[in-house]
Amino acid sequence: MSHAFYIYASYGIAALTIVGIVVWTWLDSRARRKELQKLEASGIRRRSAGSAEGAK
Amino acid sequence: MTENTLSFSWLTDLANPTRFIALVNRVLPWLGAITAILFAVGLYLSFTTEGDYQQGLTVRIMYIHVPAAWLSMMCYSVMAIAALGTLVWRHPLADVAAKTAAPLGAAFTFLALVTGSLWGKPMWGTWWVWDARLTSVFILFLMYLGLIAFNRAMDDPLRAARVSAVMILIGFVNIPIIKFSVEWWNTLHQPASVMRLDGPTIDPEFLRPLFVMALAFTMLFFTLHFMAIRTEIWRRRIANMRRLAARKASREVQR
Repeated sequence: MSHAFYIYASYGIAALTIVGIVVWTWLDSRARRKELQKLEASGIRRRSAGSAEGAK
Repeated sequence: MTENTLSFSWLTDLANPTRFIALVNRVLPWLGAITAILFAVGLYLSFTTEGDYQQGLTVRIMYIHVPAAWLSMMCYSVMAIAALGTLVWRHPLADVAAKTAAPLGAAFTFLALVTGSLWGKPMWGTWWVWDARLTSVFILFLMYLGLIAFNRAMDDPLRAARVSAVMILIGFVNIPIIKFSVEWWNTLHQPASVMRLDGPTIDPEFLRPLFVMALAFTMLFFTLHFMAIRTEIWRRRIANMRRLAARKASREVQR
């Protein structure tokens, strides 16, 4: 096989892996943010929510 | 003295998860933008610089293989510092940092192994050998997977934190082994040519794209790590809120 095959395979796998971890991190973050907002909207609060706000 | 107290108060401020999230919200867009720019410049340099007189254009594999390999070790070192943070300073975010770094470290180690293999085939004539460097990096990959599996298996994050911190610190012995494996043993993998006491031994033509790509990979790691820490804080808050809500509901039923 030509050298080009190894070079493009390397860059291709690198791109897939990096896009994979970026998308996974982003989706996980978005899902948790939405879940938290939903819980807060339904009136459930953290025990320390008051003090954390007060600390600002 | 005041300077000391100042820097210390800055550190303890970061220990407050709410403050940490505020910080992440502020710096994340900047980190993301810097990472993207560095990758654009790095890739441009990678594909415009000349080939090596012996290796030809396969030298371009180096621009992703070497940064990925560096990151695989840096990520573990970050985890080891975080493990000390858990055990010694009881920093409340330390175990969150260690836990969220493991999948990123596994991804970079995977990348280093695969690109190394794809570089080894045309240059060495083999995809893989069990020499000291390749084997020790493979063990690092397995350790990342083990830590991920352990953290996923444990329900209580606080109990998992101490055990995984001890495991991380024991596993840290592998990092100097990886670094010096090419000097201690006779390996097919070449010895260090960038991080040397007497300076790099590779041509500036290759050093420039390598440096930019290494910086891009490092910024990518910190961007994703900050984001993952924020997500994990949210995840734990959600779990706490659900537990609290369930307890409240069961008390109301009893009444």
